[in-house]
Amino acid sequence: MFERGLGVRPGRAAGDLMPVQVKRLMLLFAVAIGGFLVARHFLLPESFGLYGHYRAKAVDLVASQGLEYAGHQACPECHGEVATLKNASKHTVVACETCHGPAASHVSDPTQSKPELPTERGRCGLCHYYEASRPAGFPQIDPAEHGGQEKCVSCHNPHSPEIAMEGK
Amino acid sequence: MKRREFLRNLVSAAPALGILAAGVKLGDYVEASETGRRTEAVHLYGMGIDVDACIGCGRCAVACKAENHVPDDPFFFRTWVERYVFSVDGGLRVDSPNGGMAAFPPSGVPDERRMRAYYVPKLCNQCRKPPCVQVCPVGATFQTRDGVTLVDPDYCIGCRYCIQACPYGARYLHPQKKVADKCTFCYHRIVKGLVPACVEVCPKSARIFGEPRQSNTPLWEFMKNHRLQVLKPNLRTEPKVYYSSLDSEVR
Repeated sequence: MFERGLGVRPGRAAGDLMPVQVKRLMLLFAVAIGGFLVARHFLLPESFGLYGHYRAKAVDLVASQGLEYAGHQACPECHGEVATLKNASKHTVVACETCHGPAASHVSDPTQSKPELPTERGRCGLCHYYEASRPAGFPQIDPAEHGGQEKCVSCHNPHSPEIAMEGK
Repeated sequence: MKRREFLRNLVSAAPALGILAAGVKLGDYVEASETGRRTEAVHLYGMGIDVDACIGCGRCAVACKAENHVPDDPFFFRTWVERYVFSVDGGLRVDSPNGGMAAFPPSGVPDERRMRAYYVPKLCNQCRKPPCVQVCPVGATFQTRDGVTLVDPDYCIGCRYCIQACPYGARYLHPQKKVADKCTFCYHRIVKGLVPACVEVCPKSARIFGEPRQSNTPLWEFMKNHRLQVLKPNLRTEPKVYYSSLDSEVR
């Protein structure tokens, strides 16, 4: 039986080195791989794989997002005086848009939109109401005891918050 | 025989087809570069966080949502602020009401029982070895050559795998777009030479943006003068967000 298995080669014509089953299998593989390559060519998004395993154009897509915050460099162009005042005060590191909110639309067209002008106590309190977790030395007040219910801006100029106290 | 010839021709034509495909891609590259960012490969962006300076005002979280149109719901954040309050009996309370966007109400730990307390701003750590990128099945999240991990919103299938993989909880699924969303270091700003919105509005300069490899910059100054730590260094994700004065309880 063993010898018969060696001697007889079904499916192979005389002189042909490759059995017909292998040929058919190879054809099948060729079709599958070819089909994959063709499908890949059409399915793979353009610019995929240029820099890595991602669409290179996605970087431009993300980078093309519009601005909401103009940045503190934009404001002194028109508001130089108040910027100079602020920059000489304790609020020097506070950016304009920290309090006035996003102003990119105002910068691109000053007449169309105005940034907010917050004057309520709670807005100053975001930074200056006493909260025990705040770093020691940071100026904080107890809103119940400080200034009654007056608006902060009636005594403090937010662009120069220090008040020259009598006797000091 | 015809079939064999066809296959033979196909094999010999393969290199030519490859060159053709590469040509198409090169064309894309030239087009993609017309926005003027040919130098992005020389940058490597990072951020410093001065924990001692943070006053927990939450302006960063507010600015982030406004700049990047992050949904208002209190559980979608690209950046947020956490408060850590230790009490004398060894207890620790961590909270972040609405990401700190309306600052923080009293912690509930009375002053005499409080040991130490501080705020920690959190955001995507922009890891050098980001686990979120590794798991993306379609290549929709990736690290740019200037070291920022981004999401391709047109290509993301919303499978949430990256959200699971991020050890810092820095990602969320955008409820309308149904794609993963995360901090981009305000990529659209930094390519224009501006700083990220959170850095722009921070009234205490507790966030310092820059390039950790560049000297004589604010970030360099910060990294020179502080002992630094990253979050979860044991995970070997190699974050590029560097915290000063980081407590061991902050993960």
